[in-house]
Amino acid sequence: MLNPFLAQQGGAIETPQIDYAAILPILIVLGAACVGVLLEAFLPKHQRWPVQVGLTLLTIVAAGVALGAYVGDAPEQGITTLSGTVAVDAPALFLWGTLLALALGAVLLIADRSVEPGGAFVAQAGISPGTVQDRAQVSSTGMQTEVFPLTLFALGGMMTFTAANDLLTMFIALEVLSLPLYLMCGLARRRRLISQEAAVKYFLLGAFASAFFLYGIAMLYGYAGSVRLADIAAATAGTDRSDTLLFAGFGLLMVGLLFKGSVGPFHTWTPDVYQGAPTPITAFMAACTKVAAFGALLRVLFVAFESTSWEWRGVLWAVAIISMAVGAILGLTQTDVKRMIAYSSIAHAGFLLVGTMAITDEGLSGTLFYLLAYGFTTLAAFGVISLVRDASGEATHLSAWAGLSKRSPLLAAVFTFLLLALAGIPLTSGFVGKFVVFSAALSDGMAPLVVIALVFSAVAAFFYLRVVVLMYFSEPAPEGPTVSVPGAFTTAAITLGVVVTLLLGVLPAFALDWAGAGGFALSS
Amino acid sequence: MIASSWLLVAFPALGALILLVGGRRTDAWGHLLGCATVIASFGYAVAMFVSSSLAEATDVALYSWIPVDALQVEFGLRIDPLSMTFVLLITGVGALIHVYSIGYMADDAGRRRFFGYLNLFVASMLVLVLGNSFVTLYLGWEGVGLASYLLIGWYTGRPSAATAAKKAFLMNRVGDVGLALAIFLMFSEIGSTSYAAVFAGIGDLSPAVITAIALLLLLGACGKSGQFPLQAWLPDAMEGPTPVSALIHAATMVTAGVYLVARAAPIYNLTETGRLLVTIVGAFTLLLGAIIGCAYDDIKKVLAYSTVSQIGYMMLAVGLGPFGYALGIMHLLTHGFFKAGLFLGAGSVMHGMNDEVDMRKFGGLYKRMPITFATFGLGYLALIGFPFLSGFYSKDAIIEAAFGSEGWQGWVFGGAAMLGAGITGFYMTRLVLMTFFGKERWRELKSADGREFHPHESPPVMTVPMIVLAVGSVGAGFFFALGDRLVEFLAPSVGALSEAEHTALPHALIPWLTVGLSLFGALVAWLIFGRRDVPVERPQNVSPVTRAARNDLYGNALNEALVATPGLWTTRFAVYLDNKGVDGAVNGLAAALGGSSGRLRRLQTGFVRSYALSMLGGSFLIVAALLMVRFS
Repeated sequence: MLNPFLAQQGGAIETPQIDYAAILPILIVLGAACVGVLLEAFLPKHQRWPVQVGLTLLTIVAAGVALGAYVGDAPEQGITTLSGTVAVDAPALFLWGTLLALALGAVLLIADRSVEPGGAFVAQAGISPGTVQDRAQVSSTGMQTEVFPLTLFALGGMMTFTAANDLLTMFIALEVLSLPLYLMCGLARRRRLISQEAAVKYFLLGAFASAFFLYGIAMLYGYAGSVRLADIAAATAGTDRSDTLLFAGFGLLMVGLLFKGSVGPFHTWTPDVYQGAPTPITAFMAACTKVAAFGALLRVLFVAFESTSWEWRGVLWAVAIISMAVGAILGLTQTDVKRMIAYSSIAHAGFLLVGTMAITDEGLSGTLFYLLAYGFTTLAAFGVISLVRDASGEATHLSAWAGLSKRSPLLAAVFTFLLLALAGIPLTSGFVGKFVVFSAALSDGMAPLVVIALVFSAVAAFFYLRVVVLMYFSEPAPEGPTVSVPGAFTTAAITLGVVVTLLLGVLPAFALDWAGAGGFALSS
Repeated sequence: MIASSWLLVAFPALGALILLVGGRRTDAWGHLLGCATVIASFGYAVAMFVSSSLAEATDVALYSWIPVDALQVEFGLRIDPLSMTFVLLITGVGALIHVYSIGYMADDAGRRRFFGYLNLFVASMLVLVLGNSFVTLYLGWEGVGLASYLLIGWYTGRPSAATAAKKAFLMNRVGDVGLALAIFLMFSEIGSTSYAAVFAGIGDLSPAVITAIALLLLLGACGKSGQFPLQAWLPDAMEGPTPVSALIHAATMVTAGVYLVARAAPIYNLTETGRLLVTIVGAFTLLLGAIIGCAYDDIKKVLAYSTVSQIGYMMLAVGLGPFGYALGIMHLLTHGFFKAGLFLGAGSVMHGMNDEVDMRKFGGLYKRMPITFATFGLGYLALIGFPFLSGFYSKDAIIEAAFGSEGWQGWVFGGAAMLGAGITGFYMTRLVLMTFFGKERWRELKSADGREFHPHESPPVMTVPMIVLAVGSVGAGFFFALGDRLVEFLAPSVGALSEAEHTALPHALIPWLTVGLSLFGALVAWLIFGRRDVPVERPQNVSPVTRAARNDLYGNALNEALVATPGLWTTRFAVYLDNKGVDGAVNGLAAALGGSSGRLRRLQTGFVRSYALSMLGGSFLIVAALLMVRFS
């Protein structure tokens, strides 16, 4: 596969120009991940946790600082670097910022050990569930600190994914972000079996989806003779090529991306994995993976397939409707909070797709804003879920949440606010996000789809409000769960999520300005 | 002095605030504070009246009230002869009635709250007459409506009081909607609601719009002033304490409709149709009120229908346009004196008669209540237009002006007004005879709560205001009419009074004919009720006219048939539709969604193989659909 690619370069391989300042955030994250692996190997056991937590938080902050420094004098049109394989433009920078901020919150949740002694993670993942050793390690305070470098690897993959300007880079980034996630899903300290089952399911289905993605790349290469997005866009302008290859390739490529974004009908892994994974990991996946997947989807659709949008738009309409319907309708009968949020994320993926399909500046900025808003809300929601516990760990069954407001009014109020944001009630970021996305779709001639989306928003609002009713108007269960007093890390993460949700709902203008700062870099 | 005129409103508003927010702590001195604020306002008003020149209107801007884009409403006051006249009436009569209430409400546990409501009323009424825009007027309009509602329903123990309050509230809303629509129309057509801008711009509008505004304002006026077809609430409003009936439902609030038409004179001057309709409403209502007033035995209801009838005269007058604005206001003022006095007298009678209102149980009270009798008698003579008392001047002027209308209108309106004067003579004489003369029927009877009647004169705190009002009843008309004093005073506000060139009846004949008719009515009443004993039981075998009058000339039945019943059926239909149609659809949809959710859930089996299959299926469909779209 690489040979013709190399041949295209004309024999002599030139050293590509690298704009280090532009990709410095990615380099910091991936570099720190490697350092983390080394630390894991050489540090004595008791020092690993503090060092890893410090390193990870420092890395994210440093990457953020590097990003901030670059944004100050970044060219407005964006640049491409590394022979045009990576594009650093306004959407990429916005998505990087979003990813880093969300990852900061997720790492805070991952690092918290106050709620459960030793944290939510198992000490040794290799021990089989149910054995004597396994039961012994439940009470130990050890923790698999590899989770921190794994998080950084996944984060680096996500950042590369959103900036990848050719399909091969995108595929590699996809794998870099996916593989650590598969591992992290299986690390839950409690309910080990379901956690490991989730990891295996995610891995198998992820591999399946990657195959589709790769096959799609192959077909598109066959069509355009290049894997660069800009070249594919240029090729679609010509007329003498096989449109069968183009659309079959496009379809398969979409399957891979839609799978990562948990858009129906490729959502089937979502509920099982969200439920089984350790809650901090679920928070990380739900927030960051969604951002990365839709960031890449936006880039592919805007840069490579803009001119064919009339051919594929009808199909994506159907996909968006299926996703919204599946998420909203199946969410109605869920009895587990984490599964419910999983179905909510499927419905939200449908809403996001509505905005993504509007190939306009409003569609781009609206979708970016929606990603930012949704990420923080869902992060904080999982943070809250990690606090409601009974003897066997987190009490995620909805019946345990009955009458929660009487025992823990503040927590119930915070969760209510987050649910209202997910439902899209005004004065929360969810409302503004839906508003900008739907209005972008409306002005791009998708009125029927917007109507359908609004109907499903209303349906979805039912199951969010059901939880609110349950928390406020039901009698508490006699031996219901207790609400743990969150440690500083979890408190910080939840506060971050709630404040951003409120701020984006009340003063959305500044974030909308950032999201609308510019389009994708088109030159290769 | 004029610049601080907001103090006029501020005194009673502050009083209401202190009394209603302060609660029981203010019980001991609440009634005194309530009186003091109104007296302070009255004092300020008199000082303003004496010291300032009112030859032209002065707008006092206070602050920007509603600054919303194109809608800019300044909260401001307009000081001119018309508003000052009303301010003096409201605070003057109001102060007297406040003082009277100290005695009348002495035994009521909620007296302090009562004074709070009265202060609220006075403040609202002052906003109504002082505001310099229609929106400010509307604020006061709703404020007096609220106070009226609270005070009609004062006796919370009586279901009839609650019903009456609700009825007043609902019927007033009908009128308020008219007023609100008129204001909307002004805003949309002229772009402002201030008097200055509206009156300056009204001439540029099409006649149809002007008439529409005038008719909507008339609807508002009818609601507040108890004019046909919205008159039915006013008699029921007598469920409130008698001072309330005197102040709100006789002297001031119910005349707000007349004020509205007079204030909107620049609008009505431009629409003959609007004026004609005002006149028709007034003429019809004055006869309607007078006829019904003949049939009631409840002393306050007779006075209430008398009020309806007298406001009919005022509406008739202002409907005559430049011929009548000032005359309507003059009658309003004299009526304010004598009707308030009559109500206070009735209250005094009730006070001495265990709160009994049925005149058939009275009789011969003049011996027991000499002061009440004297003041009531003077009010009575003023009302029937006895020569040289105040009603004579004001009512006669209206009747003359009505005869001055052209063509058939002169005969019809003049005739109606004169006939009304005759009927007024009849029913008021009947009231006085049944109450103060004849056999002392109360001796053999007991009141509803089982006590015997011991009629007695009221304390000075009640009789002094009655005496003051009686002096007003006697002298006000002469005072206002002398040298056309009031007419000239009001000219800057409502324009100079035009005199009709010729009247349908000879000019000199009209006053004497009117007086003659009144005295004839009084004579007939004496023949029926004075010479013979009045039966204690209400006669059942009566003429159809009497029966109709006893049923309010079927006004309530009319409301019932035209509004209430269709409304009830519409409501029932809507509820039925909501239950069966809307709720059915919603519940059905919810059930359908829940059901499909339950079925779809089974697809989520937990097996990776079936998940992979669904992905594969989805991929096939996407690729197939893309290719079909492309190659179809």
